Amino acid sequence: MKLSTRNRLSAAGILSLPVLWTTVFLFIPYAIIFTYSFYQKQFPTFVPAFQFGNYALIFTDPQYVQVLLRTAKIALIVAACALFLAYPFTYFLVFKIKSPRVRLMLYMAVIVPLWVSYLLRAYTWKTILGSEGVLNSFLVMIGVLDQPSDIFLYNQFSMVVTLTYIFVPFMVMPIYTSMEKIPRNLIEASKDLGVGPFRTFLKVTLPLTTPGIVAGATFTYCLTFGDFIASFLVGGPDGLMVANVITSQFGAALNWPLGSALAIIMLIVVLTIISLSDRVERSGRLDLA
Amino acid sequence: MTTRARKNPTTASTIDRLVERFSSMSLAGFAVLVMTFLYLPILILVIFSFNDDRSLTLPLSGFTTRWYVALFSNEDLLEAIFNSFYVATVATVITLIIGVPAAIALDRIEFPGKTLFRRFVLLPIALPGVITGVSMLNLFKLMGMNLSLETVILGHATGLVSIVVTQVFARLQRMNRSVEEVSADLGAKPWQTFFLVTLPNIKTAIIGSALLSFTVSFDEIPVTFFLTGRDNTLPMYIWSTLRRGITPEINAVGTLIVLGSLVLIFISVRMLRNPGN
Repeated sequence: MKLSTRNRLSAAGILSLPVLWTTVFLFIPYAIIFTYSFYQKQFPTFVPAFQFGNYALIFTDPQYVQVLLRTAKIALIVAACALFLAYPFTYFLVFKIKSPRVRLMLYMAVIVPLWVSYLLRAYTWKTILGSEGVLNSFLVMIGVLDQPSDIFLYNQFSMVVTLTYIFVPFMVMPIYTSMEKIPRNLIEASKDLGVGPFRTFLKVTLPLTTPGIVAGATFTYCLTFGDFIASFLVGGPDGLMVANVITSQFGAALNWPLGSALAIIMLIVVLTIISLSDRVERSGRLDLA
Repeated sequence: MTTRARKNPTTASTIDRLVERFSSMSLAGFAVLVMTFLYLPILILVIFSFNDDRSLTLPLSGFTTRWYVALFSNEDLLEAIFNSFYVATVATVITLIIGVPAAIALDRIEFPGKTLFRRFVLLPIALPGVITGVSMLNLFKLMGMNLSLETVILGHATGLVSIVVTQVFARLQRMNRSVEEVSADLGAKPWQTFFLVTLPNIKTAIIGSALLSFTVSFDEIPVTFFLTGRDNTLPMYIWSTLRRGITPEINAVGTLIVLGSLVLIFISVRMLRNPGN
């Protein structure tokens, strides 16, 4: 299609501001951390250089390797827990609730907490799990515990509970979408053919909802991977995440090149997972056709 | 399979029906548990904001509104709330100024580097806030800018443009193009068509995504954490009080925030759900 000069001008007018903004505030900042990740720390700040020392340090120093592995592990557990909660729940919503109104209301009830302060949702678990918290005082009150215990807070358990709580709506959303898309007559057809409910689930429902599961797992995994607030509130030393280390490199530890290298690694991990899941989802869609 | 069904249709279907009923019941029970998991913590937050005791422990000691009274005489808190309104309002206005044209461009203009542009605009939605925060901190330091509420605004706007772009773009894609063509055929100038035909059609998507941006900005921490100077936004204020320990005052702020977000969400969902009119 050939554009007239006039159209060209108006196109340029529409485009210029977004493109300028994206360049200045997205492209250049990412380019800067990428560049910094090769710089060298030199007290009190850093000097330009091109060396892989920061990356080498991250992958050889057990301290950083451990944080990376722990972050990956916690993100995986959170994704699994979220799936465990979200899948049966969403299945119930879509296939067992007959009234569309009730279904929509319940669905909204799951999504709404997403928009209620993230910080407060993490904070409330601190008040629940703490040694002087709601859970402990409840257990003491009903006589299960003699005295408050500190096993609930400041460990990976509290991290997983809090992060699952915060991110589970991101698992429900895509699974809900994928289940709603399944034609009801497909399941009926399976039943008419004498296939039992369990096998129908395995052969029809599960494969058709795989894209939703993959999308949900990607969301929850990536969100957990980049989180530093839950760790700050309920994590303790055992719950330190990559994002916490990045924060401290840009703060107290004052090693911007190392912090930048960690940020780049995080960026690569997240983008890799997103593009992988994109591919899985797309191949899932092809299976359907 | 047909043979199996034919062989023993009644027993098979009876068993299947039993299995179905059992699974329905256990699923319903499970759903109740999930809802409890989602809402009990929020309920606890609200309940303890009215509890007449400094510590957050059971049993409850009595009803009070003094934590709310204390809030309204807390100067720092009021200032933080004001700051958050300022940041969220300006950031939302910027996201619209950038996001709406970006969505229009992605929907109907072909230009070199379009794919790259789309990737970059949508990147902040995919990437952890910590990366947006750190990278923009680097930019501002390099430019010699002092951190302030204004740098926070720039950070929020950059992070939230993607919300506006995705919502408005989705609406534009669903829009009936022939209406615009009719408008052009009737002799309307392109800008007239835009303001009289296109804009009214995407109005609710714009308002809805603006409300979402506002809510997210009001609540934002990871980006704010890196870009704020001496002034605190509300979440950063809560964050810094949390370091000093837990108080029922935070529960009172929390309850008000929950209430506020619910109202905003209710409005924005309605906006995004009903296209047109």
